[in-house]
Amino acid sequence: MTQKAFHHALKVDNDLCYGCTHCMTVCPTEAIRVRNGKAIIYEHKCIDCGMCFKVCPVQAIKVEQDDFSTIFNYKHRVALYPSTLPGQFDSEFSIKQIIACLHELGFTDVFEVEHGADFLVDDVKEYMKEHSDTKPLISSFCPAIVRLIQVKFPSLVQNIITRKPPLDVSALYYRKKLEDQGVDPKDIGIFYITPCAAKIAAVKSPVGEEHSSVDGVINIDLIYNRVLLLLKNHTPLDTEKIEEPTLRHTSIRWSLTNGEADRFDGRCLAIDEVHNAIDFLERLETDQITNVDFVEIRACDESCAGGILNVSNRFITVERMKKRARRHKEFLTQNPVQNPLLEYSDYLKEKCRVIEIEPRSMMKMDEDTNIALNKLEKAQKMLSYLPGIDCGVCGAPTCQALSEDIVQKNARLTDCVFMRSQMEDTGSLTHIKSIQIMKDIWGDYSINKVEEDLDNDK
Amino acid sequence: MQFEYKIQGGDFANAGTASSNVKKVLKQINVDAKIIKRIVVALYEAEINVCAHAFLGKVMVNITPEKIEIDVIDKGPGIQNIDLAMEEGFSTASPAVREMGFGAGMGLPNIKRNTDEMQIESEVNKGTSLRFVNYLISSI
Repeated sequence: MTQKAFHHALKVDNDLCYGCTHCMTVCPTEAIRVRNGKAIIYEHKCIDCGMCFKVCPVQAIKVEQDDFSTIFNYKHRVALYPSTLPGQFDSEFSIKQIIACLHELGFTDVFEVEHGADFLVDDVKEYMKEHSDTKPLISSFCPAIVRLIQVKFPSLVQNIITRKPPLDVSALYYRKKLEDQGVDPKDIGIFYITPCAAKIAAVKSPVGEEHSSVDGVINIDLIYNRVLLLLKNHTPLDTEKIEEPTLRHTSIRWSLTNGEADRFDGRCLAIDEVHNAIDFLERLETDQITNVDFVEIRACDESCAGGILNVSNRFITVERMKKRARRHKEFLTQNPVQNPLLEYSDYLKEKCRVIEIEPRSMMKMDEDTNIALNKLEKAQKMLSYLPGIDCGVCGAPTCQALSEDIVQKNARLTDCVFMRSQMEDTGSLTHIKSIQIMKDIWGDYSINKVEEDLDNDK
Repeated sequence: MQFEYKIQGGDFANAGTASSNVKKVLKQINVDAKIIKRIVVALYEAEINVCAHAFLGKVMVNITPEKIEIDVIDKGPGIQNIDLAMEEGFSTASPAVREMGFGAGMGLPNIKRNTDEMQIESEVNKGTSLRFVNYLISSI
């Protein structure tokens, strides 16, 4: 079976990138190299976590999104916003005002994604009962983590709960609701306002399903700017007709750390931040951690409040979301409203199943074990020549990564500056050739500016 | 391809180095995930055994395209009765070891269950040699 190419939301803007290596150093799957002075992303290793985006000093990592105007291709323009969106705004602005702003921007329908969590919490409880022999069950909520498990922990793929996350559940519900009202399916455009890159990748190239139920993705920072502009300009907003969201107060916290783990029975753990996730999954894979029933794992620190596209400080966002959940609890006690999505539970039960999730290991040196072992032995030999200080001057994040790149013919031993010095010393490499290798990795510019300065000094 | 690792008796905090390195190698040479799981579970268990019972140990790993052979050799009290040690639930682990969550008497049976071949030799007051083999090509 040929695997279709995976869509990635993160791209390098070559006009801005100057090969500073910040992204290369921070990438948790060692998916970035520098060639000709620019960062390049190895697509089979990238999990769309967005760590590179966060550290880039010149905003050269771009997060692809749909053009906002595409919403007007549809008569019914549905904004699915995550609970983290209201969490971006100071509490002086009410949820009704924020929803009114989204209408003002052109959306005909506005719905909070976490309504879907109300359905999922019961559906996943059932799933846990049916799969009580699989321990632990791993949440499918964070798409970067699903991809991380696929590429780095293939033996744990079978532990991932094969249920769609709240976003898909809410999208399925909203589409069906409009269709039931007689709306032509062609006229429905469902847009997700995303706090992260991984969700974009998941919408454009969903794991374990044919098509996503979401038509487009708009980044939360863009919406934040436009909403705040309306609020700050005191744009008259019609909040009279706007209703409070009807989701359970606990679902507002779903995308925060422990948002899922707190809602299930048994021994449930919550892990956030991608390096923590890798460390935990390593231990899980060796049975060093046992007797856990459920694990919620999110790639971002403070989960979705730390989503890379968010504007507000993640700790402030967490505090706002928790406060809102408390206020919402009081609201629900005084106004017992039913989440309309739950009326579609039977329909959603059918539709929220994910087709099997496939492992796709990025670690193998070759499909053939014989050849792979051979390559690995060569790589280890290369590694024994390298200094082991992971300086990154070769354009790879670690000496080990360079040794593997050499064996895979993506790099040469002479890419190592230490090797070159030794070879120049013994006369097996000319100085001119050595400089040329430096230029191949870091671009003409990085070397030429030094040469120009030296020329000026003369 | 060969590796060797040292294990210090009582150093549970650093146990697991051999199994996590072996796991990485097996992933790199494209061994089936289920087979990898069996091997690393057995090796981690063996590492913990040395930590719990012996003074000093070493792990020697030999990987070929067909199979992985692992020798875990320790200097320590040895095993009085190997047949008894192979029974699930039997343990001579000290209360201190049990407090750390180890010593449930599942070690050797668990290793046997997760390996294709296993031999164990032990001399009281000298030490124990454990050898196990897993085939890397799925029989199914």
